[in-house]
Amino acid sequence: MKNDPVDVLIIGAGASGAAIAWSLADTKMHILCLDQGGWMNPAEYPSTGRDWEAKFYGEWSSSPNVRKRPEDYPINDDNSPIKVVNFNAVGGSTVMYTAHWPRLHPSDFKVKTLDGVADDWPIDYDALTPFFEENDRMMGVSGLSGDPLSPLSHPPMPQQPLGLSGPLIGKAMNKLGWHWWPSDTTVATTDYEGRARCINLGHCTPACAQGAKASTDITYWPHAIRAGVELKTHCRVREILTNEHGMASGVVYYDKDGVEQFQPAEVVIIACNGVGTPRLLLNSVSGKFPNGLANSSGLVGKNLMFHPYAQIYGYVKEPTDSNRAPPTCLWSKEFYDTDLSRGFVRGYGIQFGRGAGPVFEAVASEQKGILPWGKDHHRVFRKLNGHRLAVSAICEDLPEEHNRVTLDPVLKDSHGIPAPKIDYTISANSRKMMDHGLARGREILEAAGATDICINDPIPWGGWHLLGTARMGTDPARSVVNEWGRAHDVKNLFIVDGSIFVTSGGVNPTSTIQALALYIADQMKQRLANLFD
Amino acid sequence: MSDSKQLTAAQRADLRTVAAMIVPESAEYKVPGADDPAIQADMLATLGRDTALVAQALDHLADLAGKPLAELDEARRDAVAQEFRKLGGVAAATLVRVVLQCYYRDDRVLRSLGLELRAPFPKGHVLPDGDWSLLDPVKARGGTLRRAT
Repeated sequence: MKNDPVDVLIIGAGASGAAIAWSLADTKMHILCLDQGGWMNPAEYPSTGRDWEAKFYGEWSSSPNVRKRPEDYPINDDNSPIKVVNFNAVGGSTVMYTAHWPRLHPSDFKVKTLDGVADDWPIDYDALTPFFEENDRMMGVSGLSGDPLSPLSHPPMPQQPLGLSGPLIGKAMNKLGWHWWPSDTTVATTDYEGRARCINLGHCTPACAQGAKASTDITYWPHAIRAGVELKTHCRVREILTNEHGMASGVVYYDKDGVEQFQPAEVVIIACNGVGTPRLLLNSVSGKFPNGLANSSGLVGKNLMFHPYAQIYGYVKEPTDSNRAPPTCLWSKEFYDTDLSRGFVRGYGIQFGRGAGPVFEAVASEQKGILPWGKDHHRVFRKLNGHRLAVSAICEDLPEEHNRVTLDPVLKDSHGIPAPKIDYTISANSRKMMDHGLARGREILEAAGATDICINDPIPWGGWHLLGTARMGTDPARSVVNEWGRAHDVKNLFIVDGSIFVTSGGVNPTSTIQALALYIADQMKQRLANLFD
Repeated sequence: MSDSKQLTAAQRADLRTVAAMIVPESAEYKVPGADDPAIQADMLATLGRDTALVAQALDHLADLAGKPLAELDEARRDAVAQEFRKLGGVAAATLVRVVLQCYYRDDRVLRSLGLELRAPFPKGHVLPDGDWSLLDPVKARGGTLRRAT
């Protein structure tokens, strides 16, 4: 079936797709977004039920391979110590994330110049500054301006409370003389733009029933739709087609009834994350593009970066916030910048965890062997439950071509579309960085008086940040898109998600992903008259 | 094995036995064991997508025990349990998780832990703002962002 052509077709309604849809709406072009998922119903979010913790092991797992909702596609990540996690719905993975909101640092855009590794980005931090600010207003950010070791931000809402866990962490960091600061987060601490303030449901990651955590289904999308953007849900794109001129002509997708459709478009924008985007490009094979669309460089799918998380946690005598607060509230940039005396290049951010709920605590502690079976179970559990503090080093992953997304030769999704396959190893540099982070984390926990130290090295289900698989650059031989997101090979094809990252920095990337999407939208709007030149 | 497979009577009996081994009743803490009928009923009613793996784990347990777990003497039962946990892989981990996730949402257990018997939403929780003067040393120390050039 053929639909009426649209001016702009966006694939994916998550963090970046929503942002660019909203920004382009003021052009009054006919904009259509297709998403394989649907609208979520907050009344059904886990924290509305007594079985709120159990759901995280099943239908609300962060892993699509465990969750297996109809909207999900399988991912073969057997050959990776870090498993891919995501969420597929309107809002994408902003429905299911911790809402931690650091920005990449200015130095992150110039790693080759500063440290002689990887590549510099073709743009710098200053180019993104106005879009960081705009995005912070749109998503609704809470935080405390003035962090001496982070880029200056102006959060429109005050920071989260320290709670019970925050002072324990702050005192430990002060004892060590190390930097810490309240995190910028997209958790609303006051009523904000129709969102109710946070009431500390505590189970933020698998979606916020209160609506205090920003996800693009409740931030960007209502504005974009009011401005005329059309959003079709439960539409899974199989491939992008091209015409005789090598331009994208539209997409083939399966609609909510499973019927194959063709949607013609003048411009196609991909916003499917660092795994979904290369998967789509590699599935879009034609005579002119035999190795996948926009892949003359051979780099589509390569240079996958995850951010290996090295986590260490322990138990203090004092009560911690446990499940009674957003999981993250503080960060540290003490070890963010390169110091070669540490034995590795680049660095890592630290995010602190406030604790865990009783089921999570019991299950994790039994698996770690610190919670016994039998009569001593009750005594030990009472010592652990509500007393956990966690320190996670979020390590900058440098791009390496052998870390990649390809198409699995066997595995397919429910529409028969080849699924992605991940091949990934932790580099020697990342390994040293993780060891350093664990050692410093142990010092922090010991300064806080914690015992029964455990580690997750790496956090196995920690592949939240999917970056680098369609990198941006000025050289078509060394990059997939140019410095404003347009594919070198296809002049009406744009990519706006984390796959265009050149390097990863050592922080959660969503703020930067969305700033990039807004920047690319702005670049497109400035060039509307000659967008395809 | 399909998700809809139901546990057999023998599997249910072994589930009861192993659940009590994981979390026994405690008079000291005034809590039931995980073999309590209400907790067992919760497990069976909510097994859902875990049914196949739990059944697999119980089959493994039965193979190790050679007879109903409850009929083994305590020392042998403990040895079987240790072997099961050591070698049982994902299936054993799933069984243990199912036991714990049902146990730690039981009203009597939550009450004993001093936790409220409710979902987080809509009441939420109140958090102390905390002593922000703790940040003074960080502010005093200052610092500068690494230059990009």
